[in-house]
Amino acid sequence: MMKPLVRLENITAGYNGEAVLEGVRLEIFPDDFIGVIGPNGGGKTTLLKVMLGLIKPWSGSVEYAGDPMPGTLMGYLPQHTDLDRSFPISVEEVVLSGLLPRKGFFTPYRKEHRLAAQSALEKTGINHLLHRAIGELSGGQLQRVLLARALVGSPRLLILDEPVTYVDNRFEGELYELLKELNRNMAILMVSHDVGTITSYIKTIACVNRTLHYHPSNKISEQQLAAYNCPIQIITHGTVPHTVLKKHS
Amino acid sequence: MDNLVSLFSYEFFTRAVLAALLAAVSCGIIGTYIVSRRLVFISGGISHASFGGIGLGYFLGVNPLAGAAVYAVLNALGLEYLTRRMNIREDSVIGILWSFGMAVGIIFIYFTPGYAPNLMSYLFGSILTVSAGDLWFLLTVTGVSGLFFLVLYRWIVYMAFDLPYIQTFRLPVGWISYMLMVLMALTIVVNIRVVGIILVISLLTIPQTIANIFTRNFGRMILYSILTGMVASLGGLMISFYFDIPSGASIIFLLSLLFILARGLTALLSGGARGNIPDERTEEEAGKIFIASE
Ligand SMILES: Nc1ncnc2c1ncn2[C@@H]1O[C@H](COP(=O)(O)OP(=O)(O)OP(=O)(O)O)[C@@H](O)[C@H]1O
Ligand SMILES: [Mg+2]
Repeated sequence: MMKPLVRLENITAGYNGEAVLEGVRLEIFPDDFIGVIGPNGGGKTTLLKVMLGLIKPWSGSVEYAGDPMPGTLMGYLPQHTDLDRSFPISVEEVVLSGLLPRKGFFTPYRKEHRLAAQSALEKTGINHLLHRAIGELSGGQLQRVLLARALVGSPRLLILDEPVTYVDNRFEGELYELLKELNRNMAILMVSHDVGTITSYIKTIACVNRTLHYHPSNKISEQQLAAYNCPIQIITHGTVPHTVLKKHS
Repeated sequence: MDNLVSLFSYEFFTRAVLAALLAAVSCGIIGTYIVSRRLVFISGGISHASFGGIGLGYFLGVNPLAGAAVYAVLNALGLEYLTRRMNIREDSVIGILWSFGMAVGIIFIYFTPGYAPNLMSYLFGSILTVSAGDLWFLLTVTGVSGLFFLVLYRWIVYMAFDLPYIQTFRLPVGWISYMLMVLMALTIVVNIRVVGIILVISLLTIPQTIANIFTRNFGRMILYSILTGMVASLGGLMISFYFDIPSGASIIFLLSLLFILARGLTALLSGGARGNIPDERTEEEAGKIFIASE
């Protein structure tokens, strides 16, 4: 039996005395590709933040696999960023910040780090923006920079909160292919509203709406969603290949 | 010129020149952090609040700047804690600390029996009366800041840019933010002698605003700010000396002129396309607006 990278046990968490998540348990294994779905306000982002250690749960425990190199377990793409676009920082530096744990505290970046940053930007298709200031990017370009930052440290678990909100259709397709490839070496946890599209890439599904229901397959019917207390619609698109979802009769 | 050289035979003048240079270096470093992280209002609050420490120092008979240092550091740490941990609306808290500190300062100064100290020098700076002790204090804080930024530059900049992301590494970095708040408070206090409580915030923001016209790189912003600050503080020192006016006023006056000059030049060079600063604002406001508009 493989050991989980992250293990959430009986998590209850919320804001200002109001619980958003209750009794949540989830284990993420090294070859997982989990699609996290659920209605707006269902607690998906909160779940990710608990997992990342950004929010302290009221009760329950979060356990991490031992880090061979501290700080390199998880890479994260936030859903909303209130980043200050006028901050004096370049695209390259933002991506390099994802390598801080590999660099360490008192040593400078080396050549290999800069090459890694460039190759991460190549993967997200924007290496020509390397020296741009962050304030001179479009929303989609910024999202790709932040995606490169999440990838650059080769984390063992990649956590993506709605990675396609701002990007165009073409990159959306490319991104899913990229994730599929990355999944050979790392676990991926991805929040998405587009169940129809992601289902051919993900392996399993977690439905989050205050509670978490784990669905150990990438096919899910609307009936099952209802049973999981996860009232979302399954829409399928033509632009990206997808598997046909089971319809209940 | 001979005249100028002979001035250095006066110890007070040499000290003033050193203080001007160190002020530019310390404010260049910490000011860039303040402007980048948009801590301008917090710094204004801390500098004004430190007047409470000055009053307390007088009352207790200790060095007023030592009192200000303790008071400012406590305020800064409290603010960092409140805003990071409790999600409190910091601007209201700062407003209270700001005025409370000023009130405490005045009350204690009036309670102090005997003489009424020279308030003007604390409010508007008095670079020509910098003591050897003041200078050592300034040198120490500048040295520690410089070393801190040199060694932890990347961590400092990337944490300032996106702290939550750095926190996902789950590495022990919280102390870096607190250390920066302490350095910020101390930088403010050691520069009170040079430009005064009321104007210190300008020395922490105008050079950066000028630097920001020419660069979008944190490190270069520090460097350009230091150079700009040196020109203004040395020039301001001479004006203060020859016209016998508070050094804070002359330094900030020069800095504002430099800002207008730099802004005007770049506007001219780019065909006036970027010249969008309304001219009747104060430098501080103009600085904030310029940064916000980028
Ligand atoms: N910082 C916060 N302070 C207070 N309440 C919050 C905060 N963040 C989220 N909430 C509340 O917690 C609940 C869950 O929010 P969360 O962001 O986890 O939802 P989500 O599933 O990610 O939704 P979406 O699909 O819109 O991204 C919501 O009701 C929201 O109002
Ligand atoms: Mg969300």
